[in-house]
Amino acid sequence: MKIIVLVKQVPDTYDERKLDPATGILDREASEAIIDEIVERALEVALSYKDSHQDTELVLLSMGPEPVTTSLRKGLSLGADSAVHVRDDDLSGADLTRTAAVLAAALTATGFDLVIAGNESTDGRGGVIPAMVAERLHLPHLTSIDSVEITDAAISGERETENGTLTVHAALPAIISITERAPEVRFPNFKGIMGAKKKPITVLSLSDLSVAPEASGHSIILSTTVRPARAAGKKIIDDGNAGVELAEFLAAGHLI
Amino acid sequence: MSNILTLIEVSSTGELRNTAPALLAAAAKLGTPVAVVAVKPGTGAALASQLGELGASQVYVAESDQVGASLVSPEIEALVSAHAALSPGAVLVAHSVTGRDVAARLAVRLAGGLLIDAVDVRLDADQVIATHSIFGGAYTVEAAVQGGIPIVTVRSGAIQERAKSATPTVTVVPVDVDSGASAVIDAVHDVVVSSTRPELRDAKTVVSGGRGLGSKEKFELVTQLADALGAAVGASRAAVDAGYVSQTLQVGQTGTTVAPALYIALGISGAIQHRAGMQTAKTIVAINTDADAPIFDIADFGIVGDVFTVVPQLIEAINARRH
Ligand SMILES: Cc1cc2nc3c(=O)[nH]c(=O)nc-3n(C[C@H](O)[C@H](O)[C@H](O)COP(=O)(O)OP(=O)(O)OC[C@H]3O[C@@H](n4cnc5c(N)ncnc54)[C@H](O)[C@@H]3O)c2cc1C
Ligand SMILES: Nc1ncnc2c1ncn2[C@@H]1O[C@H](COP(=O)(O)O)[C@@H](O)[C@H]1O
Repeated sequence: MKIIVLVKQVPDTYDERKLDPATGILDREASEAIIDEIVERALEVALSYKDSHQDTELVLLSMGPEPVTTSLRKGLSLGADSAVHVRDDDLSGADLTRTAAVLAAALTATGFDLVIAGNESTDGRGGVIPAMVAERLHLPHLTSIDSVEITDAAISGERETENGTLTVHAALPAIISITERAPEVRFPNFKGIMGAKKKPITVLSLSDLSVAPEASGHSIILSTTVRPARAAGKKIIDDGNAGVELAEFLAAGHLI
Repeated sequence: MSNILTLIEVSSTGELRNTAPALLAAAAKLGTPVAVVAVKPGTGAALASQLGELGASQVYVAESDQVGASLVSPEIEALVSAHAALSPGAVLVAHSVTGRDVAARLAVRLAGGLLIDAVDVRLDADQVIATHSIFGGAYTVEAAVQGGIPIVTVRSGAIQERAKSATPTVTVVPVDVDSGASAVIDAVHDVVVSSTRPELRDAKTVVSGGRGLGSKEKFELVTQLADALGAAVGASRAAVDAGYVSQTLQVGQTGTTVAPALYIALGISGAIQHRAGMQTAKTIVAINTDADAPIFDIADFGIVGDVFTVVPQLIEAINARRH
C-alpha cells in the first residue's frame, strides 16, 4: 500500500497571525510556520497503519514556499519514507482552484493507493482542498472522518457532520480527510531524527508537472480591513459577592 | 435579475436542515432565489411550500435513487442539472461538512471560483461580493470571483435576515449519479436534538465551560447557568477532549465561531484558539481562579474566583431578579 499524506504548513495558531493589508495574503513573516496540527493527526493515521503493515510506503506531499522543508523533515523524522515538495515562485498567492490542480497533478505523478489529508486547515478554514483534488482525479472522497479503518482494498470510517455521524466506506484508491478527533501524533525519537536527514525530498517545479492551464474562475481579494483589538474591561476578585455583582452588571447592560 | 441557486440540505427523514432560511435570504440579496433539493423519487413535492415560505421563487427537485446512499454526488448532480437548465449567476451552499464537499467538487466540475465561509454577500455592479471574517474576526476581507461562476459557502448563523415568502414554481427532474467516484453511505446516525436550548451558532447568549469544570458531572453547572439565562451551551476543546460534552459544542478555531450579545466563559483559560471562536461577542464575561488567565485580556467583566461558588450565587441572583 502506498499512502500519501498531504502536508500543509501554516502560521502557528499560538502566535499572532497577520494578513498583508494591501493584498489580503498571509504575512509569512508575522508568525512561525509550523506543520498544521491536523496534518500531524493525518500522518499519525498513516503511521499507525504502517506500524502493523511493514510494506507500507508512506510519502509526504506539500505545496508551498522554501521553509516547508522544515515541516517535511519533521514528518520524515516521525516515520514517513520520502517527501515531495512542489515549489515554484509562480505559485505564490495561489487560490484554492490552483492549489487543487497542482496537488492533483503531483499526486498523479507520484502514484498512490490512499491519500490522507486534514479536514480543514487552521489558517484558511477552507476544508475544500481534499474534495477538489478528488474531483480532479475522479476518485471518491471521505472527508471529515473521526476514525478510520484501512484494508487492502477499501477504507471505512465515521464521518462527523453538524447533525450527527454517518458510517461511510469507499474502494481504494480514494482520498480521505480526518478531523481533530483522530489521535495526536507520536513524538519523534532520536533514531527517527537522525534517519530523516538521509531520506529523500524531491523538489518539483510547475514545469515538472502537467497542470492543466487555468480556464476556470479564480477568486480575487477586493479589500482587507483590520478590526481594532479588544481591550480588557473590569476585573474583580471574588470576595463572596461576585455572583451578585455580575448579575447587576448583566442587568445594567440589559443582558438579563 | 439572474437566478441564484441554493443547495437545500435535507435530512434522511426528509426535513429541511436549518441552514435553508439564511441561504435563501442570501440568494434574495443577489437575484431570484432558486431552491435546489436532491431527493428520492416522489418525495420532493412536500418540501415546495416550506421552501416558498422561506423565499424560494422556484424549487428545483432533482430525483435520484442514490440519495442517502451515495455520499454528496446526488447533491452535486442536482446542482449541475439546475445550472444547465437555469444559467444562474451564483451558487450558494451552507459552509457545512456536506456543503463544503459539494462546493469543492462543483467548482471543479463547472470550472467556477470558490468563495469560502462567507459571513455576508452583496451585489455590486452585477458582481457577487462575499465578506469573510478571517482569524477569528481579526480581519474582514471582501472577495469576488473572476472568469467563472461564483460558488459561495455561507457560514451558518452569520446571515440573520430572512427573505419574503413566495409561491414557487416547482420543477421535478431525474438526475443520473455516477456512483463510481463516490463514497457509499452505510448508516446515518442523526443526533436527535431533544434540547429546548437555542442553537450554539445563532444564540444571543452562550455559556461555555472549560477544563476548569473538572468532570462531566460537574459540567452540569454550565448547563444550569445556560438554562437560567435561556442560553446555548458551549465548551473549550479541552472540555470536549475530556469527554464533558460532544464535539458539536466546541467553540474556537476548529469548532464553531460564535458572535453572541453575551458570552460567559467558565473555567476557560482563553487560549488564542478558543478566543478565535468567540472574541467578536458583544460582551464577554469570564470567571477563572487564575488572575493571569489570558481570557481576562478580552473580558468586559472578569471575576477572579471559583466557578463553583460564583455561579450558584449568580443563578440565585438572576432568579431573584425575575420574581
Ligand atoms: C490547531 C489547534 C486548534 C485548536 N482549536 C481549539 C478550539 O477550537 N477551541 C478551543 O477551545 N481550543 C482549541 N485548541 C486548544 C487550545 O490551545 C487550549 O488547549 C484549550 O482551549 C484549553 O481549554 P481550557 O481553557 O478549557 O483548558 P485550560 O487551558 O486547562 O484552562 C482551564 C482553566 O480553568 C481554570 N479553573 C480551574 N478550576 C477552576 C475553578 N474551580 N473555577 C474557575 N476556574 C477554574 C484554570 O485556572 C484554567 O485557566 C486548539 C489548539 C490547537 C493547537
Ligand atoms: N498547499 C498544500 N499542500 C499540501 N496539502 C495541502 C495544501 N493545502 C491543503 N492541503 C491539504 O488539505 C487539507 C485541508 O486544507 P484546506 O482545504 O486548505 O482547509 C490540509 O489539512 C492538507 O492535508
